[in-house]
Amino acid sequence: MSLPAQANGSSRAVHNPEASSSLWRRLSEHRAALWRIASIGLFFLIWEIAGRIPISFAFPTFLETLRAFLVMTFDGSFAAAYAETLQPLVIGIAISAVIGVGVGIVMGLSRFAEWLVAPVFIVLQAAPMAALIPLITFVYGIGLLAKTLAVIMLALPVIALNGYKAVRNANPSLVAMCYSFQGTRWQRIAKIIIPDASPVIFAGLRLGLAAGFIGVILAELLITPTGIGDLITYHRSVADYPEMYAAVVSIILVSTLTLSALEAFELRVLRPEKRRS
Amino acid sequence: MRNITAQATAAAAMPAGSDVAVEVRGIAKMYNEVEALRSIDLDFPRGKLTTLLGPSGCGKTTLLKIIAGLIPATAGEIRVNGKVVTGPGPERAFVFQDFALMPWATVMRNVAFGLELKGMGKDERQAIAARYIGEVGLAGFEDKYPHELSGGMRQRVGLARAFAVNADVLLLDEPFSAVDEQNRRKFQEDLLELVEKEKKTFIFVTHSIEEAVYCSDRIIILSRRPGRIAQIIEPEIDRSASPDAIRRDQSYLDTVEEIWQGLKRYVD
Repeated sequence: MSLPAQANGSSRAVHNPEASSSLWRRLSEHRAALWRIASIGLFFLIWEIAGRIPISFAFPTFLETLRAFLVMTFDGSFAAAYAETLQPLVIGIAISAVIGVGVGIVMGLSRFAEWLVAPVFIVLQAAPMAALIPLITFVYGIGLLAKTLAVIMLALPVIALNGYKAVRNANPSLVAMCYSFQGTRWQRIAKIIIPDASPVIFAGLRLGLAAGFIGVILAELLITPTGIGDLITYHRSVADYPEMYAAVVSIILVSTLTLSALEAFELRVLRPEKRRS
Repeated sequence: MRNITAQATAAAAMPAGSDVAVEVRGIAKMYNEVEALRSIDLDFPRGKLTTLLGPSGCGKTTLLKIIAGLIPATAGEIRVNGKVVTGPGPERAFVFQDFALMPWATVMRNVAFGLELKGMGKDERQAIAARYIGEVGLAGFEDKYPHELSGGMRQRVGLARAFAVNADVLLLDEPFSAVDEQNRRKFQEDLLELVEKEKKTFIFVTHSIEEAVYCSDRIIILSRRPGRIAQIIEPEIDRSASPDAIRRDQSYLDTVEEIWQGLKRYVD
């Protein structure tokens, strides 16, 4: 990934081969990463100061939270919690991805499907989902099904609508090109429209995954406390604030890492030309 | 230079003895209430480069796209090799103004794309594509992606793709308009060499008078909307001379001047 930067660095080394410059060279190679670490470090520092003032008795310092985080990582409470939390999330996201991308593409290709289905997703996307979760409980109980449904309700609309917009806005010049070389309708869809739409479809999947995380946490906080939602609720009720914050931080961390992984996967698999630039 | 006036169009439409590749008969095109083209009758001689020239909005690109079968005409018909056009066909290939290259595909895949759509095997189509990539001067760039190429090089990819399907008629829609001036000159020279070598019929849309006179065997000047044939000119320029000699040639300069005088009245 950092190939051009390394090439750049080594060419500089030819001009300036002293040992003193090698540290600077290595630093400049990773400048972007350094700034990111510095920004996170600054955030933690402010957190630590704010915790020590303290701004609230329920607001632990960064170091207390870090300690709780490490303890919970090693005593297996995170592992047990995520084993539960990830079930509805993975099932819900998988269903939303398949149905959302499929329905999105069909809506993009067919005016009839657009007319029939798009309004449902537009309303669903605009609706405050947290308000609907009690309704799910009422109908589907408090089990895995209800939680999976909560994930789907949050993730599906954004995935479907992104797929739909991506397909509808496929580059008309490329579509005309395919037509002029006598491509069939299927070739046009498979070789031009879907590859052209894939970055936006993937953006939808990323947003859907982020919404899925919201959905599963909402479900665990509002339906029945299980998994990571249980960790948060439980530690709040017994006033173990460092543990509660550690649980919150862990879900942010998991969600960020998952989204980054999805982005890296997209670059590797779908857009070979983006990697080199 | 031979100037065939609009009145003599009917006579000129049937060049005696010469073979006709594309016939345009009574073509008209309405965009809702706007009349873009009105009763166009034209013949495009085989193996020649014919240019459609005119002010912007004269419908020259519309006419080219109707010939390509990309958009339907409101009235009239197009015959290519005697067969009536109902849509795109294998005997025609189109070169797009904005190149229309797939950004996710390499130069090789882009050039071979027309053959890929026809279902030709990978080795076979890549061998053909490699030959045309070399012919347009892009050998060594097979594995590059379009964004790594300059505008001129991208259009060479578009041209190679059109050559690769081995169509009789090549339709070029302002192929150089997105290419910078220096690259454009070089590209025009290379195109003339390819015209000579490939023995195909070229129909070329441009708004550059110099480009039209420099490249064409025959120039069709369209009037402003609704587009009609205003003038047909055959610049009789000795193409055996070097490109730089042609650009200084008196008859070249006279032709450019004459076309400009004719077009001036359409410019606001």
